[in-house]
Amino acid sequence: MNRPVWMYLLIMAVVTYLIRVLPLTLIRKEIKNRTIRSFLYYVPYVTLAVMTFPAILSATSSIWSGTAGFLVALLLAYKKQGLFKVAVGSCAVVFLLELII
Amino acid sequence: MQKEEEKVMQHNIIGKGEYFRKGMQDGIPIALGYFAVSFTLGIQAKQAGLSALAATIMSLTNNTSAGEFAALGIISAGAPYLELAISQLVINMRYLLMSCALSQKLDPKTSILHRLLIAYDVTDEVFGISISVKNRLSPFYTYGAMCVSIPGWAGGTCMGVIFGNILPGSIVSALSLALYGMFIAIIVPPAKEDKHIAIAVLVAMLCSFLFTKLPIVSEISSGTRIIILTVLIALLMALLFPIKEEENHE
Repeated sequence: MNRPVWMYLLIMAVVTYLIRVLPLTLIRKEIKNRTIRSFLYYVPYVTLAVMTFPAILSATSSIWSGTAGFLVALLLAYKKQGLFKVAVGSCAVVFLLELII
Repeated sequence: MQKEEEKVMQHNIIGKGEYFRKGMQDGIPIALGYFAVSFTLGIQAKQAGLSALAATIMSLTNNTSAGEFAALGIISAGAPYLELAISQLVINMRYLLMSCALSQKLDPKTSILHRLLIAYDVTDEVFGISISVKNRLSPFYTYGAMCVSIPGWAGGTCMGVIFGNILPGSIVSALSLALYGMFIAIIVPPAKEDKHIAIAVLVAMLCSFLFTKLPIVSEISSGTRIIILTVLIALLMALLFPIKEEENHE
């Protein structure tokens, strides 16, 4: 089939933007309902946790370096190091470990 | 310090630059991680037959990893437009939840223009740092993060198409952990303070792990898995442990 690439690009851009823009523009007021508010309070943590684990274990070229990076990130984050230090720290561990194994 | 921040938030005139700078700073690890991921995206885009320009435009207009990876397969197969639209809708539906949460993080008076601009880059990562700022979110914080992360994402895609085979694998491998490291830096500190968040995080990780291992459910795509687990677990937590009223704008 010879469908033009730009048409695909346009469609995916529009669909993706609509998903993101509708809640932000339509929900202008503060939601008062306690259950909905509680739900939205938990959403970010649950989403990020689901996205991180177990995907982090297989993100690198070996499960061992991925696991080590995961543990180092947990430790650094527990000690309240900032985003940058945690991210760079876990990358560095992976890099060094993969030099050895 | 806390008081000062609140004052800045309320007036929203002072400190725009400061929020912007802070956003840029927090955006650096995002940009690094993006570069690694989008570099591999670029390599795949080339294999799917996209030019560097087309791939870069795709990344600039979509800012989403899973959605773009899926789209490449559909484009190279020359599949119907509807199939592409549905795949993007399903894979990116999690952004709908994130945007709902962000709408509550913004000052209700935030103008429509700010809302339109923020919506352009609601990604897992930019959302993650935006939702974790204290008190209300200043749009300028998000703009700062966007200014470094968007070029990281689009630039990485472009470089991946052009220089696919030059960057050593060991560096790409190490960099691919940056995004996850950042997620952990976002969820762990609040989990230390609020045991309900800790419960939610542990349950979410356990379920996510089971979903990738158990038969049948492991067939579900990662985008759909994220939506199903987020809705179920967050709803369950909301019913079992509703927030106290003073936790409003945590």
